[in-house]
Amino acid sequence: MATPKNAIKVSKKHLLGIQDLSILDVKIILSESKNFIALNKSKNKKIDILRGKTQINLFFEPSTRTQSSFELAGKRLGADVMSMNITNSAIKKGETLIDTAMTLNAMHPDIIVVRHQDSGASNLLSQKVNCAVLNAGDGRREHPTQALLDALTIMEKKNKIEGLKIAICGDILHSRVARSNIYLLNMLGADINIVAPSNLMPKDLEKFGVKTFTNMKEGVKDCDIVMMLRLQSERMTSSFLSSNREYYEYYGLTPDKLEKAKSDAIIMHPGPMNRGIEIDTKLADDINKSVIREQVELGVAVRMACLKLFCE
Amino acid sequence: MKKQFFLNANIVDPKNSIEEMGGLIIGETGKIEAIGKKVNQNNIPSREKYVDLKEKYIFPGLVDMRVFVGEPGFEYKENFRTLSNAALAGGVTSVVTMPNTSPVIDNVSMVDFLKRRGRDKSKINIFPTAGLTKNLAGTNMNEFGLLNKKGIVGFTDGTKTIQNTRLMSRIMRSAFDLDALVIQHAEDNELSKDGQVNDGIIATKLGLQGIPDYAEKIIIERDLTLLEDFNCRYHISQISSGKSIDVIQNKKETVKFTTGVSINNLSLNQNDIGDFRTFLKLSPPLRTEEDRLALIKGVNQNMIDVIVSDHKPEDEESKRLTFSQAATGASGIETLLPLVLELYHNGSVKLNKLIECITSNPAKILKIDKGSLSVGNNADLCIVDLYKPWVVKKEKMISKSKNTCIEDKKLQGKVLSTFINGIELFKC
Repeated sequence: MATPKNAIKVSKKHLLGIQDLSILDVKIILSESKNFIALNKSKNKKIDILRGKTQINLFFEPSTRTQSSFELAGKRLGADVMSMNITNSAIKKGETLIDTAMTLNAMHPDIIVVRHQDSGASNLLSQKVNCAVLNAGDGRREHPTQALLDALTIMEKKNKIEGLKIAICGDILHSRVARSNIYLLNMLGADINIVAPSNLMPKDLEKFGVKTFTNMKEGVKDCDIVMMLRLQSERMTSSFLSSNREYYEYYGLTPDKLEKAKSDAIIMHPGPMNRGIEIDTKLADDINKSVIREQVELGVAVRMACLKLFCE
Repeated sequence: MKKQFFLNANIVDPKNSIEEMGGLIIGETGKIEAIGKKVNQNNIPSREKYVDLKEKYIFPGLVDMRVFVGEPGFEYKENFRTLSNAALAGGVTSVVTMPNTSPVIDNVSMVDFLKRRGRDKSKINIFPTAGLTKNLAGTNMNEFGLLNKKGIVGFTDGTKTIQNTRLMSRIMRSAFDLDALVIQHAEDNELSKDGQVNDGIIATKLGLQGIPDYAEKIIIERDLTLLEDFNCRYHISQISSGKSIDVIQNKKETVKFTTGVSINNLSLNQNDIGDFRTFLKLSPPLRTEEDRLALIKGVNQNMIDVIVSDHKPEDEESKRLTFSQAATGASGIETLLPLVLELYHNGSVKLNKLIECITSNPAKILKIDKGSLSVGNNADLCIVDLYKPWVVKKEKMISKSKNTCIEDKKLQGKVLSTFINGIELFKC
């Protein structure tokens, strides 16, 4: 995937979702990310292109990998990174998101990375601050950097995305990762199969240009990539499923289901995993098939690229 | 008061089947003395001054059947004074207020308070409703008889629905005995739980919990089934989908009931929500364009009797939040008539039919002597320039809360003046 030489800037001020990006933006981000992969593997991992810049991580929801990945990415680029601990903040005292945003804005940050449990929170925030806002996940809506790192991982492994057959399986209803990946992988020319029980399938999903399946074996048939999603039990307010063991039986990734995919198919998962619920524990650790660790590794590179491009 | 004469007006009064050029005489007591084509220059005394309306329109004052006022408890959102000023600017002369206040309207003393406040602070006619259940909790039925005697025109839990079927059947029986009007907001609580927008492509795209159309349909079906056995006066507050129209069509032959719709659901669809515009977070939610067209068809085929503003003033702070945290509802009493006229201008519905839905039909359902230009009635009316173009601007709104869902919309048709009891209380 070649990037035009004159195009080095993304067209948007904020990274709120894949929906807002053009294909050129995506190519710029991915090609920039590639430059950072090597840096992250080298001995001296620190450069100073963001020296003097301030990055605030505002996480209203618990997060391990995304928050640490963004923090590390900012630090490796030389930015001053501050991670807000929401449990100690004024949010707990009843401050609204907008007021928090205004307060932080007054400290002149250059970039705010935000995760929030409500869909659209990052959009709201971006309307009220002067700096760039990077969405690190808003409710069920989007998680753009996850989709970008997934795309980068696929390109590293398969050298292309166009024409690949990709199955995204599991709790689609509650998943921002699924939505961002649908937009991104569709844009890059993949064929997407969505596999989920009807109770976890969002309405009118076919209108997004994907095929939907409630039978997993049919859904993963001849796929190059099988992307598993976490069952988000914490977002389930009423009975969606009978039990985890029945879910595993029908929608967990097991060797017999994976057999239907292409023989060189790779397994992806954005983490954190529920072993034995959505994925067989041996498959998750199978270094010949699973690229779950690479996803985390490339996540830092993608976030470095995003910080660099949106900070400019 | 001096007698007032208006000539050369387009008069639309559906109750009296008047749709003609003519004149209007308002008597010294503020009542309508004569109306129609027979009123012309030849039968008014030559010494009297008259107003030449130059073919502008005269409609009966609007009767808005679903209005939220902040008194008591939420005066910072809207009080009777601000509500009546906003209503007058929209040609609305009578409103039915919802009981979702703090404290709620569910007993005789609260009704006394409301009537006093309405009389002292409001220039328009206030017709309060009281809760179907005590504390609007959906468990114990209210004193329909005693409250009726105090002047309550109808009973509703406002934004809430009676979920318990047995209770609903008993409410209907009691309402039948006491001639009470039951107004139901139709929504199954469990199906719409945490719901923000219509369940469909927009909900999926925005990542918001959807409210399926069958959440409404199922309550309507249930209530109309009960109504076969307990035939009380029953009105569905507002419907939002084509599915509900189908149910209504099927039942229209066998049971007697009436139906309302919010002007928002007739004018907008779910795509207008755009990028999380919280001012368009409504209940029932905006649905698909097919649903909107089905509702318009419903108005044309007499499946829908009433169009309401669903005026729900909310302060800025309640809307400047994420979509799921933001309050539900839009301020709309000032724009009800212009939006209704849009349906006339774009050829969706005939003018007479539309005016019927906002004047005589609600009055008939409520059994109140309003919504018409009958001779001998109080002269509650509005004079309208049907073609005047204007743009909705938040800062020009009169209502205390500016949460309009049609900011910057271009409209055609504006109220020039509004009269109550023959007194001009609003002039553009």
